[in-house]
Amino acid sequence: MIRTLLSGDLPRSRVLALLLAVILTCLAFAPFLFPGVRTVDTAARICIFIVLVASYDLLLGYGGIVSFAHTMFFGMGAYGVALTSTHMGRGFDALAIGSITGAALAAVLALLIGLFSLRVRAIFFAMITLAVASAVAVLVSQLSGLTGGEDGLTFKIPRELGPAFKFGKETFDGALFGVKLNGKLLTYYLIFGGSALLFLALLRVVNSPFGRVLQAIRENDFRAEAIGYKVVYYRVTATCLSAAIAALSGSLYAIWLRYVGPDTTLSMTIMIDILLMVVIGGMGTIYGAVIGATLFVLAQNYLQNLMGVLSSMTEGLPLLPELLSPDRWLLWLGVLFILSVYFFPSGVVGRLRGQR
Amino acid sequence: MSTAPEHSPTMARSSVADRLAPYAPLMLVPVLAIAGLIAVQNPASWLTLTVSGLAMGMMIFLMASGLTLVFGLMDVINFGHGAFVSVGAFIGISVLLTLGHLTNAPSLGLNLLAILAAVLAAMAATAVMGWAFERVIVKPVYGNHLSQILVTMGGLIIAEQLIIVLWGPEEIYFTRPEALKGALTFGDAAIEKYRLVTVGVGLAVFAAMRFVLRRTKIGLIVRAGVQNGEMVAALGYRLRLVFIGVFIAGSALAGLGGVMWGLYQEVITAHMGNQAMILIFIVVIIGGLGSVEGCFIGALLVGLLQNYIAFVEPKLALVSNIALMVAILMWRPMGMIPVVKAK
Repeated sequence: MIRTLLSGDLPRSRVLALLLAVILTCLAFAPFLFPGVRTVDTAARICIFIVLVASYDLLLGYGGIVSFAHTMFFGMGAYGVALTSTHMGRGFDALAIGSITGAALAAVLALLIGLFSLRVRAIFFAMITLAVASAVAVLVSQLSGLTGGEDGLTFKIPRELGPAFKFGKETFDGALFGVKLNGKLLTYYLIFGGSALLFLALLRVVNSPFGRVLQAIRENDFRAEAIGYKVVYYRVTATCLSAAIAALSGSLYAIWLRYVGPDTTLSMTIMIDILLMVVIGGMGTIYGAVIGATLFVLAQNYLQNLMGVLSSMTEGLPLLPELLSPDRWLLWLGVLFILSVYFFPSGVVGRLRGQR
Repeated sequence: MSTAPEHSPTMARSSVADRLAPYAPLMLVPVLAIAGLIAVQNPASWLTLTVSGLAMGMMIFLMASGLTLVFGLMDVINFGHGAFVSVGAFIGISVLLTLGHLTNAPSLGLNLLAILAAVLAAMAATAVMGWAFERVIVKPVYGNHLSQILVTMGGLIIAEQLIIVLWGPEEIYFTRPEALKGALTFGDAAIEKYRLVTVGVGLAVFAAMRFVLRRTKIGLIVRAGVQNGEMVAALGYRLRLVFIGVFIAGSALAGLGGVMWGLYQEVITAHMGNQAMILIFIVVIIGGLGSVEGCFIGALLVGLLQNYIAFVEPKLALVSNIALMVAILMWRPMGMIPVVKAK
C-alpha cells in the first residue's frame, strides 16, 4: 500500500525514513500539536514550499535543466487565484477556475520558452529564463491596473475557509483537543491535502518510464538521442509539467495568504530560496525537497531571531554586528549555498542514503 | 563536428545576397537607427535618442565583453559577473565622493583627474576581486555547468550583501563632476556631454580590444583558445594563465562599466549589478556566445531599441529587449556571430 502510494521509491535509508515520518506527522497534525498562529503558518508554508521545490527538482535534479523562471510560474498560479477571486467574487468556483487557468497558462508559457530555447543548450535556457522572469516581474509591478502593482492584491476566499466560520458545534462543542474548529483549520487541511496529492503525483512522474528517460538525458543527452529518445520532447514536457505544478502550489499559497504581491511570489529572493532548498535537500531525489524545504523554512523563521541575539551581543565590536544583523541573513545563505555545492553535492538525502 | 566540404566546387560567383549575409548583423545597427528615425519622426529628438542609445549600448558592451570571452575561452558561465559591476560602481563613486574638492572645481582638468582616479581605483579593485573570484569560487567547478551556475550565483549573493554591510542598505545619490554636467545643443537637439564621453570611452575600449585580439600574440592565443582550447593547450601554451588574465581583464572592464553606469544614472544601489546582469545576458545571447564583435553589435541594438521604444511607446520598453532576443534567436538560433560550437 505504502509502496504503491510512493510509486515504489522508498526512502532507502532508515534515518531518512524516520525523518520523513516525523515531518509528515508534524505537518499532518500541526494545528493540534503546535497550536498558535505563527507555527501553523510555518507549517502551511512548509507544505507549499515542499511542492514548489519538488517541482523544481523535477527540472533541475532529474532533467538537469537550470531554470530561473520557476517563481514566475509560481506567481502565475497565485495571481490566477487572486484575479478570479477579485473579479468573480468569493467562491470555490473562482478558486478552482483560477488555479486551473493559472496552471494551464504556466504550462503554455513554459512550452513556448522551452520550444524556443531548449533546443540550443542548457546555459541558454538558464539565461533566457532569467531574462524572461525578470521582465515578467517588472511587467507585473508596472501593470498596476490589473495586478495591483507593488501593493499586490488582497482578496476574499470562500466564507467556509475564513476564521469566522465555525463548525462542529453540536458534536464536539466547537473544539477538538482544545483546538477551535474553524475555517482556518479547514484551509490548513486543504493546503496540506493539496500539497500531499501534488507531491505524490510528482513522485509518480519521476518514477515512471518518463522520469527514467529524463535521468538518462541528464546523464548524457547525446547518447539518449542516439538510443532514439527525442530529447527536446522530454525536456519540454518536463518543463511544462514542472511549471503547471509550481503554478498549483502558487494557487495554494495565494489561498493561504489571501494576498498576492510581487515580493511574496515573483521576487528573485524566492528563486534563490528554491535553489538553496533543492541543493541542501539533495538534487534528483524528490524527498530532498521535503528535507530542504523544512530545514530552510524553519531556519528562516527561527535563525533570524538567533542572529538578532548574536548581533546585539557583539554590539561593541567593529563590523561584526553588521555581519550578524538579521537583515544580512542572505549573506550567510550565500556562503552556505557555495559550501553545500562544494562539499555536500548530493545534499542531505544523498548523504543519508550513501551511508546506509 | 563540421561536415566535410563539397567535392564538386562550382565556379559561379555567389549572389549579392550571399556575399552580404556575413555582414547582415553589422547592417542591423544602421537599419535600426533608420527605423527609429521613421518611428520617432522628429530629427532632433531622434538624434538625442540615438546618442543616448549608443551611450547605453557602449556601457552594456563594457560590462558584457568580459563575460562572453570567459565563456568562449574556458566554457565557464559566470552568473556572478554582475557583482563586479556593483563593486566597481561603489568603489569608483566612493573615490569620487572623497575627492569632492576636485569634482566640484570648475576646471575640466581637475574633474578628469578625479574621474581617472575613480576609474583606476574601481578597475584595480574589480581586477583583484576577479582574481579572487576565479581562485576561490570558480576553480573547483570547471567542466560542470550546473555547479558553475549555482556557485557563481552564490558569489553574487555574497558580494551584494557585503556591499550592503560596507556601504549601508540605502541607495547613494550624487551628481556628476561640473565639467560633465549639462548638454551641448545642435539645432534643436540637446545631447548630454556625459553621453558623448561614454560613447567615446566605449569606442576606445572596443578599438583597443580589437587591436589586442587581432594584432597581438596574446590575442591570437585567446582567439585560438576560444575556437579550440584543447589544441592550443596541446601546442604548449598555458591556456589557464591566459584564461585567468582574460577573467581579470573582463572583471576590470565590468568594474569600469559599473562606474560609467553609476555616473550615467547618478544613483547606485547594491542591486544594480543584478539588474545589469539581465541586459548583459541578453546582449551575450544575441551576440553569440564567445564573440566580442557580436557582443558589441548586440549591445548597440539593445541600447538603441530601448531608447526608441521608450520614446514611442513607454509601456513596451520593458519587453522590447526580450522581443529583440526572441527575434534574433529565431533568425540565428546561436546568436548573430556564433564562435563557440554548440555543446
